[in-house]
Amino acid sequence: MSTESQPKSAETKAEENKKAPKKSSTSIIRSTINKRVTDRRKMLKKKTVLITGAAGSLAQQVINRLRDTHNIIAVDFRKLTYHSDDIPSYKIDFTKRGFEDLFKHYDFDSVIHLGRITSSEETRMRRYNANVLGTQKLLDLSHKYGIGNVIVMSTYHVYGSSPYNPALIEETAPLKAAELTMDLVDSVELENLANIYLWRYPDLNITILRPCNIVGPGVRNTISSLLSSKFAPVLMGFSPIMQFIHIDDMADAVSLAHKECRRGVYNVATSDWVAYQESLEYCGCTAIPIPSIPPILPRTIIGLLNLKMFPSYLVNYFKYPVVINGESFNKTFGFKPKRPLKEIFRYYREAKE
Amino acid sequence: MSLKSFLKDTIVPKELDEQLNKINKPVGTLGYDPWGFNTDTNKIVLALFSGIYNKYFRVETTGIEHVPDTGPVLIVGNHSGQLPIDGTLIAYALASRKKSPRLPRAMIERFFPTVPFLGNFLNQIGAVLGDPLNCARMLENGEAIVVFPEGIRGSGKLYKDRYQLQRFGNGFVHLAMKHNTPIIPVGVVGCEETIPALANIKPLAKLLNVPYVPIALPIIFPAKVRLNFGKPIYFKNEDLTEEQVTRRVEKVKSAINDLISKGLNERQGIFE
Repeated sequence: MSTESQPKSAETKAEENKKAPKKSSTSIIRSTINKRVTDRRKMLKKKTVLITGAAGSLAQQVINRLRDTHNIIAVDFRKLTYHSDDIPSYKIDFTKRGFEDLFKHYDFDSVIHLGRITSSEETRMRRYNANVLGTQKLLDLSHKYGIGNVIVMSTYHVYGSSPYNPALIEETAPLKAAELTMDLVDSVELENLANIYLWRYPDLNITILRPCNIVGPGVRNTISSLLSSKFAPVLMGFSPIMQFIHIDDMADAVSLAHKECRRGVYNVATSDWVAYQESLEYCGCTAIPIPSIPPILPRTIIGLLNLKMFPSYLVNYFKYPVVINGESFNKTFGFKPKRPLKEIFRYYREAKE
Repeated sequence: MSLKSFLKDTIVPKELDEQLNKINKPVGTLGYDPWGFNTDTNKIVLALFSGIYNKYFRVETTGIEHVPDTGPVLIVGNHSGQLPIDGTLIAYALASRKKSPRLPRAMIERFFPTVPFLGNFLNQIGAVLGDPLNCARMLENGEAIVVFPEGIRGSGKLYKDRYQLQRFGNGFVHLAMKHNTPIIPVGVVGCEETIPALANIKPLAKLLNVPYVPIALPIIFPAKVRLNFGKPIYFKNEDLTEEQVTRRVEKVKSAINDLISKGLNERQGIFE
């Protein structure tokens, strides 16, 4: 953004220089002051939004979309990130008392909570603390300080991967992930918590988003890492149907949900599908088959090889499809993803070349 | 060029390709639908299956014109033969129908998705996990769906019980009523003799977590198959007790029984 702003200021200066001979020095000073006052008024008019998970690539995309129209405060519990001089950024643990100081200092109008540690990062306990207890603190503070627009990022993983899943799962389907693996308990608990606050405090206007696989430049989740690699493990004889959404489309979806502010729970997915092994083919990955039965075998092999890019508790997501229905979000918010699957896969293929 | 594209270009005859292109399927940009159906795989399999349908099982059909040209329809038949050969033959019969071909979906038993290779393969050629939500959504999409209400009770039965209809689930009648969908009964004769099972090793089936492990020869016999389609049965969408729904199910069962009897009377022998 800084590189974009330089030419603009240069142009402005040039225009000012052209006009300079016609104006007296007093009028120049007056116009400068007036401009500053106008800018300040604009700043005051802008709404302030707290964005968590600022170190993530999705948050950066969302910030890019909102920075012209909002005052943005970026926080992350993992690391401090620099966005630009006009965006204060903090590294802070949400469960600590100091987090409330941000709410006291800035008059937040809305919160976009993208700061979820994914299941491939950190230990189970750390994830639980950050995702569940951290979110609870965030929602409590949002209620206390009268915030009327909260976006919570969840994941389609909460539905759980089972051979008995119907296709096009709707938002009312039970969240079975916790029943299938303990490693996704935090994801389900985060959702349950947000749901409780959604109904108990309707003024918060909580919008919970359950996206399908988010992929694209800068995304570091499990599926994006697999598509980026030259060799990717697959379970022999299984190639579940998957959905992918480009990070730019997902950022558009978050911005739209934030703008429209319609509380509820929504799947966010494209109406396009592909089998996992075929997606690897499109991305130029070589599939490495892992024996798939009995179920204990792939888990043991992955455990022994310590394959972090293919965590054993996500194995079932590479075995059985979890296809979600994004119609409700599309209709409610007038959303239409723009990037087709081929474009998404081309990025991964070209990155390898 | 991927292996699939190569196979499609090499194996699928132009005539069949054009025939299948007439069928409008709601698929995404890469040819998949949410249930895993894939247009190219389907074309390859149908091309390969042509010989099996015409030469190996020498399938004869009657009454196939009863299946509506468009719109939702449930094609309900008797299940037999250990493997889902009957569903595949019904699907091929409709896909190769000269006037208004259709690519029906088959609802399959819940254990198939857990079987490596086979589960994905069946999905790619149009089979779908037998879940009421799947069925309802596909009827809303105007699909033709092949249903075997006997489930594994039918496909896993022994040779000594051949052509004896097992208990039917009521789900298909509920769906037909709710979605104002006609039911086309179909009597399948011949598939019982393709893999005759003498016994079921239940303890082994339990150990392997599969519905049955038949004692049978590792051969699929080329029994001649007859598919007799009946006239559509319509049920009004009324608020009924489960007992009343069961009576409607029995009506469909009776129609299928008649079509099976017709097929058995027509044939001179298992292979004729």
